[in-house]
Amino acid sequence: MSSKVWAIAKKDILMYYFKGPVVIFGVLFPLFLFLAFYIGRKLPAAFLIPGLVAMTIFFTSTSVSPMIMPWETQMKTLERLISCPVTVRTLIAGDILASFIFGACISAVPVAVGVALGVGVKSPVILATAVLLSAFCFSSLGLLFSTPPTSLVSNIMMLSMFVKFPVIFISGIFIPVEQMPSWGVVVASLSPLTYFTDLARFSIQGYAYYPIYVDFIALFVYSALFLLLAVKLHERALPKRF
Amino acid sequence: MEAIEVKGMSKSFNGIKAVDSVSFSVHRGEIFGVLGPNGAGKTTTVRMLTGVIKPDSGEARVMGRDIVSDTQKVKEVLGVVPETANAYLDLTAWRNMMLIASLYNIPRREGERRATTLLKEFGIYERRSSKVKSFSKGMEQRLMLSMALVSDPEILFLDDPTSGLDVQSAGVIRQRIKELQKEKKTVFLTSHNMQEVGEFCDRVGIINHGKMVTVDSPEHLRTRIGGSLAVEVKLDKAVDMSMLDFHPERVGDNYRIYTTEPHEVIRSIVGFATLNGLKILSLNVQSPSLEDVFVKLIGGSNEQ
Repeated sequence: MSSKVWAIAKKDILMYYFKGPVVIFGVLFPLFLFLAFYIGRKLPAAFLIPGLVAMTIFFTSTSVSPMIMPWETQMKTLERLISCPVTVRTLIAGDILASFIFGACISAVPVAVGVALGVGVKSPVILATAVLLSAFCFSSLGLLFSTPPTSLVSNIMMLSMFVKFPVIFISGIFIPVEQMPSWGVVVASLSPLTYFTDLARFSIQGYAYYPIYVDFIALFVYSALFLLLAVKLHERALPKRF
Repeated sequence: MEAIEVKGMSKSFNGIKAVDSVSFSVHRGEIFGVLGPNGAGKTTTVRMLTGVIKPDSGEARVMGRDIVSDTQKVKEVLGVVPETANAYLDLTAWRNMMLIASLYNIPRREGERRATTLLKEFGIYERRSSKVKSFSKGMEQRLMLSMALVSDPEILFLDDPTSGLDVQSAGVIRQRIKELQKEKKTVFLTSHNMQEVGEFCDRVGIINHGKMVTVDSPEHLRTRIGGSLAVEVKLDKAVDMSMLDFHPERVGDNYRIYTTEPHEVIRSIVGFATLNGLKILSLNVQSPSLEDVFVKLIGGSNEQ
């Protein structure tokens, strides 16, 4: 099982992630979004870097994983894989593993940018654990986006963008949760990204809105939920892809 | 134990029956061909037997294992060359081979050994480091067959494997199928190419509108269409031959008569030509082709 998962992940990395535009998009897109917010404001780097890390890990972990299933359906390579002794769970685990590695590695870039700007990481272990857990959580979310059994990548892109952009604005990246109105706090609590942002602020700025165990539990519960739903829905969708 | 046993297997898509209560069996070590027009249900049958999709009803066992309840075990003994070549175009031939070897849990060194042997055998070893997108259709199909054989499967499913290929690539694939026959591997071959099916297959199933019209050996099938032999004659002029006792079919410039008594037919034709002052340009007796059988049987099932 584990060697098959790794084989799928390696194929994904070589086919989809190891491409210049994908890597650059993973770094540049959050950076430009961040600059659009940052330029013209006098905000401390220690406030901005947790938001940049959060956006980067969210966008990178959900950038390619939703596209793999429709791409492979269109190219008929999914039929090649599924005619081998491979289950849907193995395929999903492989896709998530590739996305997890990509998301976790690329998130090191904004952290490095922060360090270069003189922003110290007060709790590196908490930050590293949060990065790993949220890379897994958002990769599972990415797989969840691709459950509609279509071969049209554009349909899945539209669906994932429809969810991803609002999530960025309600997750305490641009406006910290403590500065939100009460209804905003309720909405923010529904986003898994809020909990990672909170952990990143704790690791870099030294304070968090929620107790950090709540952040970890929330990320863990969302990860389990997204993974379970992705497996169930992909198992149901697979026969409709052929 | 049969290699494949299918009983009343059906599959519908959007209310349309693609495969309709099909039953047949494939013996171990046999090359079993399935002939049928486009949309007859050949590919759907292959997809069900290879565990890609599940049948709606009926049952099928591959090497004694149920294709629905024991799908993963079934897949372990299969190799598949699907209708559409589907190697990863942005990966090299070598990476494609190693991916499939990994998915069959073949140890790395053994996978490398098998991949080397197969790629050399199919004449693409020198191009192993090239991305598949740079391959010709024939090379890609040879790679598909190499990928299907890397797990050393007990049963090989070949879905129209030589369709649209150049002569050389088709020849390499046909040669390998003949070797599989010697190795006593079971092969399930679907094809549009009647000559290919007639040449290789121990038995042939003819499928149309999702139903298996008949299953028999190519030789027996040929004897089942109104006589065992065909007399073909070419005259110097087009004439009305309907006054003869038998009913000739016009095939291009020739007339063809199916009969069990060719000597009677030849005598009548010679008499007819002499009486009408016609020259016989050619006259020969031949077994009916599998194509004749196919047209006859498919025509019959279409009328039903």
